[in-house]
Amino acid sequence: MTVLSAEALLEVRGLRTWFPIRKGVLQRVVGHVRAVDGVDLTVYPGETLALVGESGCGKTTVGRSILQLVEPTGGGIWFRGVNIAGLSPEAFRAYRRQIQIVMQDPGAALDPRFSVRDCIAEGLDAFAIGAGEEERTERVAELMQSVSLDPATMWRYPHEFSGGQRQRISIARALAVDPSLLICDEATSALDVSIQAQILNLLADLQRKRNLTYLFITHDLGTVRYFATRVAVMYLGRIVETGPTERIFSSPRHPYTKALLASIPSLDPERRSTRPVALGDVPSPERPPPGCHYHPRCAVRLESCSRDDPPVVEFADGMSRCILSFQERQAPTAAA
Amino acid sequence: MSSDLLAVEGLSVSFPGAGEERVRVVDRVTFSIAAGETLALVGESGCGKSMTALAVMRLIPKPGRIEPGCRITFEGRDLLSAPVPEMRAIRGARMAMIFQEPMTSLNPVVTVGAQVMEAIELHGLSAREARKRALELFAQVGIPDPASRLAAYPHQLSGGLKQRVMIAMAVAMRPRLVIADEPTTALDATIRAQILELLRELAANTGTAVLLITHDFGVVNEVADRVAVMYAGRIVEQGTRRELLGRPRHPYTQGLLRSIPRPEARGSRLEEIAGTVPRPGHWPSGCRFHPRCGHAFAPCAVEDPAPTQVSATQAACCHLVAREVAP
Repeated sequence: MTVLSAEALLEVRGLRTWFPIRKGVLQRVVGHVRAVDGVDLTVYPGETLALVGESGCGKTTVGRSILQLVEPTGGGIWFRGVNIAGLSPEAFRAYRRQIQIVMQDPGAALDPRFSVRDCIAEGLDAFAIGAGEEERTERVAELMQSVSLDPATMWRYPHEFSGGQRQRISIARALAVDPSLLICDEATSALDVSIQAQILNLLADLQRKRNLTYLFITHDLGTVRYFATRVAVMYLGRIVETGPTERIFSSPRHPYTKALLASIPSLDPERRSTRPVALGDVPSPERPPPGCHYHPRCAVRLESCSRDDPPVVEFADGMSRCILSFQERQAPTAAA
Repeated sequence: MSSDLLAVEGLSVSFPGAGEERVRVVDRVTFSIAAGETLALVGESGCGKSMTALAVMRLIPKPGRIEPGCRITFEGRDLLSAPVPEMRAIRGARMAMIFQEPMTSLNPVVTVGAQVMEAIELHGLSAREARKRALELFAQVGIPDPASRLAAYPHQLSGGLKQRVMIAMAVAMRPRLVIADEPTTALDATIRAQILELLRELAANTGTAVLLITHDFGVVNEVADRVAVMYAGRIVEQGTRRELLGRPRHPYTQGLLRSIPRPEARGSRLEEIAGTVPRPGHWPSGCRFHPRCGHAFAPCAVEDPAPTQVSATQAACCHLVAREVAP
């Protein structure tokens, strides 16, 4: 039974998004890439939930499934208590306005033939916000100011702007329709360090001013530790650990989370820190290993890990999907 | 210094601009690397770090060119006057390069084993010796099951394994200098940690010097001995890893380090460097960083700052530092 949290803004339960693998002349389906394979996520209003993982883990597909940019194979997505997973495109439109996305490559996300004004106003036109061109142009000017762009430049084209400025345009465009949830998919990853700081500060300011909720999809753990309220760690289509940011970084429970944290290079010149903890490579999501997906790379695996699906172990401060976490939770009770 | 493995003096690289004049992308860059040392060349995109690396290999793509009047000395030889066949013999054997994108640097229709063996045979080994050496190399760079991996095509290998193949090719002839351009940028965190460890081991075990091009100070701290920071075509600060990460003196280095999101900064604003990196051809007068610098004063807009030595090993090109250090 699905228990929904009353105060959640977004609740994802058992989400599966599989992509068919077709072969031969008849394009018969010979298997599936299980990009997202049973994902549960809860996002509370006003928070920043970081969805972290390495390439191919399915984190981007989770974001795209929420937006119906890809069709989920199964599971439910509740937004303000309404399951939006099965809605028709027409019925989904009302929710699409409330959930917007900012992507990694602002160059590809903005139509090069549109002026900046038209890029930002596209959502206003689509949802018929503002009476007429003039009012929309005024609104675009306000939006540009809110992301620290000069409204006088609105008739220029995206290619005339730097990468950081283009990301500001993408953010203004996403905010145009006044969403409550912003999905940031590697929104700062392609930017230079000094520009990344500007965009992170901008996102923090906007969150405060507009009471925005962020689903922050990234592989950059340094940014997560600085920016996120809570963290969900994803590996090969599944969430393996969730928890408040500080707890995740100070006492991670899942062996994969531990390996990820050990791989963050230190900036302290007195200390070199990275240790390669995870063994080998990330397997293909086309053929995920049986049992715990992480077991072939896990340094502390048990014999049963290659066979049994790991239990979802709930703690007061988050979840860990690992047999060792199960034992950890049992231990105090056993001792008592 | 004569003990340097590589000495680059006053290197400038230019490309044709819109009009008659050429636009510099690297401007009077001077640095050296001792044998066995790892120097990190750090900077944001467009600062000229990759062009500097290509210039050392004499691989600047046309119509770019190295400006007259600079010197690149490698193992005592003047590289800029070396005839093309000699340069070709040096590349691969004495110095080798690792690129960011292993996928675009490997030939997709040839097995990785054949590619590594070709690189070895080019330098005069027989096919049999080459195969033996390739097997050794694959084992050395931590490729599991080397014999079967020799027969694999690039697309059959993961990003991490492809980068290991690239490293195997680069170290095949036991070069004295490896130039690594963002070798871990395209890799995932857990794989990056493995590759950084491998680079560290190779440098320590083989005594190979490394010129590491990166934008990531975390990577710098993990592998570099010394660091040179580039901004708008110039080196603005140089020093040991401890000096640059612990006591940076140039406002740009300081700003870069402060703008990295750190756990201690949680809940507070990140320090920003205002504005954007100027593009080549649009470099400001005087100190190129002055329009973005919070400490700029009278001479900064006019006078190009010369390096000020702040320790035996650390120097910064900054008028403020010069004034502080002056007696």
